[in-house]
Amino acid sequence: MPKDGSELRLDGAGMPMWLTCELTYRCPLNCPWCNNPLDFDKYKNELTTEEWKRVLREGRAMGSLQLGFTGGEPALRDDVEELIAYAEELGYYTNLITSGMGLTKERLKAMKNLGLKQVQLSIQSSNRDICNALVGAEAYDHKLELAHEIKALGFPLVLNIPVCRQNIGQTEDILSMAEDIGVDYVEFANLQYYNWALLNRPEFLPAREQLECAEAIVNKHRARDGNKMTIYFVIPDYYADRPKACMNGWGAIHLTIAPDGAALPCQEARVIKGVEFPNIRDYPLEWIWHEAPVFNKFRGDDWMKEPCRNCDERGKDFGGCRCQAFLLTGDAANTDPVCSKSPLHEVIESAVVEAINPDRQQRPIVMRRKGSITTRFLKTA
Amino acid sequence: MTEAIEAISIKAGNIFEMDPKYLFRWEEPQQSYVMLYPEGVVKLNETSAAILQLCDGKHTIEEIISKLSKKYTTDVSDSVNKFLEVSHAKGWIRIKA
Repeated sequence: MPKDGSELRLDGAGMPMWLTCELTYRCPLNCPWCNNPLDFDKYKNELTTEEWKRVLREGRAMGSLQLGFTGGEPALRDDVEELIAYAEELGYYTNLITSGMGLTKERLKAMKNLGLKQVQLSIQSSNRDICNALVGAEAYDHKLELAHEIKALGFPLVLNIPVCRQNIGQTEDILSMAEDIGVDYVEFANLQYYNWALLNRPEFLPAREQLECAEAIVNKHRARDGNKMTIYFVIPDYYADRPKACMNGWGAIHLTIAPDGAALPCQEARVIKGVEFPNIRDYPLEWIWHEAPVFNKFRGDDWMKEPCRNCDERGKDFGGCRCQAFLLTGDAANTDPVCSKSPLHEVIESAVVEAINPDRQQRPIVMRRKGSITTRFLKTA
Repeated sequence: MTEAIEAISIKAGNIFEMDPKYLFRWEEPQQSYVMLYPEGVVKLNETSAAILQLCDGKHTIEEIISKLSKKYTTDVSDSVNKFLEVSHAKGWIRIKA
């Protein structure tokens, strides 16, 4: 899956080069920063194997190249193997983005033979207790064992660490663990605050000093390891002066298909209310990508308001993230408030002040779990 | 630092091969060669692709230069060496033992 803040800039020439298939919202873990919708359990009508195959076929015909199977936990679907084989036949570079739960050495081996190119495995800590507490399950031992199996099978392994206040102090230990496994890419993905992560933001957002400390450790390892192990360190944009070039621009190179077939310009897009996301059950993918109003809504820069409209950096960051603008300012067409030029930048500053205030009332962390919050009165799109 | 050391170590007799993490192939919709790897795609121009095609574990750098100099009817040694150094530093190719 492409990262926010990824160093890679790529002109897709109008093609959805990056296709993300969220096979299911179901997951055995309860990660409290999950980017699935808060009402994830309401989506029951997952696409069938044949419907996913049509998505893959139509995506490939439009030039999709990088394919990510994700979720929820994609391995909960027993047709992942079949979809991997089909994707290979079509010529995708296929990536499995997994928590590791539900995967075994045998399944991975079969997937390798069927053409899976890469595995991205999440691990939350180098400490068993902290890892298990963060995901709400006994997961650490299995994840660690699986990481070794993935390498033994010859996959390039991306180890993804969702970074929050609870684990940022373990950066050194996590890197040692990654070196020990023989990981190819370590991705310190500081949480991006949408959905469940936003709900828990005051408990998760680290202080600037913690980030700087972690980044210094990362830089030390980078100098030592060279390109034996590539380390990405994605800072939380709350501490950036300019917004991330989210998704390389709306509807530019990324296309996400949600478990129920809704087509989204990014995995979080469902948080934006008042717009209609077309479903692949109703429209051909080609129409969706090129013609659907929601995909055209924030393409290019005609939609921009001030200060983006006349900003000389608008071609660089595209005004930041539409979802973040919607969630924090109420209008998806506003400048991402992360930008210090945003007239509403104060919402970011006050979030940081709240998070780092040692005397604030601590809140319990809400785990991603059906029933842990009521979504009954949530407005739906 | 590391990159500089590796770059200097390239010699005319070296034989390169693709690092197995990278998948190099023709991509019809892009009408170009691409390099695919975890989290990334690099679209290659014609000359870069011509060099990488010869990083097949068989050709020495000398042979690559002589082949491509013939093909493009000009001395390409500088640009080939430079491209190989960069590709090696990026980890796309590795020296075959």
